[in-house]
Amino acid sequence: MDQSVFIFDILLPALMQGLVVTLQLIACSAPFGLALGIAVAVGRQYGGRVTSWLCKTFVFLIKGTPLLLLLFILYFGLPAIGITFSAFVASVVGFILCNGAYNAEYIRGALISIKDGQMVAARSLGMTRWQAIKNVILPQALRRAIPGLSNEFIYLIKYSSLAYMLTVIELSGAGKLVATKYFTYTESFAVVGVIYLVLVTITTAAVSILERRVAVPGTARAATAAQL
Amino acid sequence: MDVLSILIDWLPYLLSGVASTLGLVLAALTLGLLLGLPMALGQVYGSRPVRWVVGVYVWFFRGLPILVLLFLFWFGIFPGLGLGDLSAFVVGAVVLGLRGAAYQSQIFRGAIQSVGEGQMIAARSLGMSRVTAIRSVILPQAMRIALPGWSNEYPNILTDSAVCYAIGVVELLTITARMVTQTHITMPIYLATAGIFIILNYGGLKALHRLEKRIAIPGFGTGAM
Repeated sequence: MDQSVFIFDILLPALMQGLVVTLQLIACSAPFGLALGIAVAVGRQYGGRVTSWLCKTFVFLIKGTPLLLLLFILYFGLPAIGITFSAFVASVVGFILCNGAYNAEYIRGALISIKDGQMVAARSLGMTRWQAIKNVILPQALRRAIPGLSNEFIYLIKYSSLAYMLTVIELSGAGKLVATKYFTYTESFAVVGVIYLVLVTITTAAVSILERRVAVPGTARAATAAQL
Repeated sequence: MDVLSILIDWLPYLLSGVASTLGLVLAALTLGLLLGLPMALGQVYGSRPVRWVVGVYVWFFRGLPILVLLFLFWFGIFPGLGLGDLSAFVVGAVVLGLRGAAYQSQIFRGAIQSVGEGQMIAARSLGMSRVTAIRSVILPQAMRIALPGWSNEYPNILTDSAVCYAIGVVELLTITARMVTQTHITMPIYLATAGIFIILNYGGLKALHRLEKRIAIPGFGTGAM
């Protein structure tokens, strides 16, 4: 079969369908992953003793477990105790937990980097503790956490491929199916790889634009470039 | 009690998975070190084409998911090169190592660049050749600076080694999946494996941190890293 016919008429249409699923996985996971990360970081840093311990343990457990094993537990393990997810939902839940735990570490680092005086000043202006965290500390901390968070977002793009191991036919899965059917492993996975590289490269560019957009004039620190 | 006795019966099998996983991780870390360090030197001291080649290599291996890399090499590239006989274990270790090299090279590059440039000038003015200066002056400092960052490669590779399940490497996760299929006990086995991964993860990190303290030079602190 002609190479270009194969790539443009068979491979790319299949991969585009897979890409849509990959983007759905990311779109469903990223916002909740960020929210979970913020909640866990704030809980660990400003929560009571029990909350703080729970948040710390959550991060410890998730970071210590391979994501693929976490996905297996969610998809194959939980039905044994009566909780059944579809493969897509199990993947999204796994990505949210994993992304949230790693995000929490970056956000916590950023929270620590905001000087204590900020909290003292906010409290002395009559803000409650919660108001101070929400309106004074977090807006600064989240900006500082952007490089780390964008790293995690890029990891999320790449690790979304593991959903295929739970039978979700996303980008890698679509590539695998075409590769197996037409016996074109190198070509198929090379094109899949190129699509991931494009996604990652676009994200890297978008992050540096975002970082400039949300920068508060006069508060800029030495720029830390977002890395892969 | 029943579950526990089955788990104990299967324990040797599970432990063979631990050995296999650790073998993967050690092989990958070693390969990553052997390739990553020359790549870092090439990126800092090399000519323009060398820097370009290393840059493209790093961009490629850091931009692709580990699952896609494993599929690409296992089904495509290695058989295409006539290396179809390689075992899944070898391919898994090599792919993890090649990718680790991309990450490690950036850790070493940062460390080499953080050693002041005056060190090289001073070494050269004492009559050392460039190679001697790199080997005897720059690297002993850079490697110590790199160690905390390098330590984080261990948990990364450990958790990614589980993805080698996808190409049929008989490692801890594969063995876990087989145990689940054969015993129909799901959660206890999954949780036991998760526990083993967590122990390997933090145990290894602890050992690496001990190494950091061991080889630290008094007075040559890099601050809390």
